[in-house]
Amino acid sequence: MSTSVVTRSTTASRIAMVIGGLALIVLAAAPWWAGRADMRLMGEIYLYLSLACLWNLMAGYAGLVSVGQQAYVGFGGYALFGLAIFGGLHPVAAILVAGLIAGVISVPIAMLIFRLKGAYFAIGTWVIAEVFRLSFAQVTALGGGSGTSLPVGIIRGMADGRAAREALSYWLALGAAVTVLGAVYFFLRSRRGLALTAIRDSETAASGLGINIWRTKLEVYVVTSAFTAIIGGLIFLQKIRITPDQAFSVNDWTAFVIFMVVIGGIGTLEGPIIGTLLFFLLREQLSDAGTTYLLILGAVAIVVMLKAPKGVWGLIRDRFDLELFPLSYRVRNKD
Amino acid sequence: MIEWTGAIVQGILLGGLYALFAAGLSLIFGVMRLVNIAHGDLIILAAYMGLSTTILLGVHPFVALLFVVPAMAALGYVLQRGILNQTLGPDILPPLLVTFGLSVIIQNVLLETYTADPQKLVGGAIETASLDVGGIGIGVLPLLTFGIAVAVIAGLQFIFYRTALGRGFRAVSDNQDIAQLMGLNKAHVFGLAMALALAVVGIAGILLGMRTSFDPAIGGGRLIFGFEAVIIGGLGNLWGTLIGGVILGVAQTIGAKIDPGFQVLAGHIAFLIVLAFRPNGLFPRVEH
Repeated sequence: MSTSVVTRSTTASRIAMVIGGLALIVLAAAPWWAGRADMRLMGEIYLYLSLACLWNLMAGYAGLVSVGQQAYVGFGGYALFGLAIFGGLHPVAAILVAGLIAGVISVPIAMLIFRLKGAYFAIGTWVIAEVFRLSFAQVTALGGGSGTSLPVGIIRGMADGRAAREALSYWLALGAAVTVLGAVYFFLRSRRGLALTAIRDSETAASGLGINIWRTKLEVYVVTSAFTAIIGGLIFLQKIRITPDQAFSVNDWTAFVIFMVVIGGIGTLEGPIIGTLLFFLLREQLSDAGTTYLLILGAVAIVVMLKAPKGVWGLIRDRFDLELFPLSYRVRNKD
Repeated sequence: MIEWTGAIVQGILLGGLYALFAAGLSLIFGVMRLVNIAHGDLIILAAYMGLSTTILLGVHPFVALLFVVPAMAALGYVLQRGILNQTLGPDILPPLLVTFGLSVIIQNVLLETYTADPQKLVGGAIETASLDVGGIGIGVLPLLTFGIAVAVIAGLQFIFYRTALGRGFRAVSDNQDIAQLMGLNKAHVFGLAMALALAVVGIAGILLGMRTSFDPAIGGGRLIFGFEAVIIGGLGNLWGTLIGGVILGVAQTIGAKIDPGFQVLAGHIAFLIVLAFRPNGLFPRVEH
């Protein structure tokens, strides 16, 4: 009689882990081998990757399709500026505090907008982002509508010399991406992650199994909002300047992120990674095309959604039965 | 005191424009549970169509309606049958993401064609004409806009409850499969619903363009105003949508009276208050 075993990891996932680990070491050493422009680009990629993973956790797993995550990106940026300029906090500490505050204020916001269902929830999140934008535009201490810059003293205080500052900024971005990816991965492997995956597959069945859907979604929303604010703080620490229109831009912080996740493959961990890389590849290729680039991106996202709703990673996974992050269980015959 | 009364009257009339933004949104949601994220960008597209028509033919924006409304309706039918019908189903993600992609495409096509410079439709004398009612100046154009909004909603209400087309809308809304079994082609009915919604969008776009200047980036804001009017009024109730638009308009003009920077924010806050205390809106449709 053959017995079967249940495993999560596969050969492919073990190889992927080894390659991922090696890649991380190489990337962490970038300040010693990469140029200044490359490091800035890679830093941007890490931060977008984090935003894509977070949006994917909300939309792809919790069914919370938000088009208003720019609320938290902008909030994180503004909180960093406010806490660093007026609170005298070190920028890194300010960013962490910003994340904490964002998590706290996301609770009453969730209480309000969770009353809206489906697509109306999406537009509700956008209203919240607009409220944030218009409110911060009223704060004269932070420059009102025209925004403000991070004072030179604060930037100089971060590290000695320009190279050291740029390396620090790079490592912060890399660290954030690894933290977000790791947090999402371990969350999905946990008991709660299992509940979330059940909700993704069928809300009715999940609720029948005793999962508190509202509470699970609230947890995801709060954690995602806190992390998104931290990423927002890091984004504006790199930019050094903030304005309400840029901080709460729906195109920059939501449209691009949605395109990355959709093209890569929504509802998988691998999807946002592939989507982010494809997005930047396309952007570097079409950087001269201006607005045409956005046009192409929008069209690609529509075609993917209609013809291959699981995205690029979905196609690869179905074809080769691959899974790089061991999340699902597999049953095998033991030989 | 008279200033505040004036602001409230202006707000009520502004509400008519918001009700026009909202009516199309409400109609499509009612018929096929679709929320069109590109709705606001389509309003701006209609305004630009009006701009090109007035310039090319040298006609008044109201005459341009004769071209813009049928053109938008045709676009709606083609869009629905060509793309949006494929996204409808139990999953809410495809319609949301596809219309989001459409929104970005429309914005950038407008940006390529017309640049980012603000434009305005020139309406001539009617723009500045006003009536004096008990010391309050009432603009003729806002009054006309409000009248058109009431007429459009009455017209939609008539179509919905008194015509064969409206019976088709209500049938697919209640149960798509049974409506299909009864001989309705739901793909065609959805196409007609979108055509009707975009015809209203055409009217809204022209009136918006005569009232204020517009540029390719402001569509999202118009979508939000329409959406807020729908939720304040109560889902599925067209007359409620008109009242929702009026409440939003009044909140904005009163906000602007307190501080000009407070106008739009005051509207959002009114919406959030309604959401907090009456999550189903003020006049939700009573289910029989």
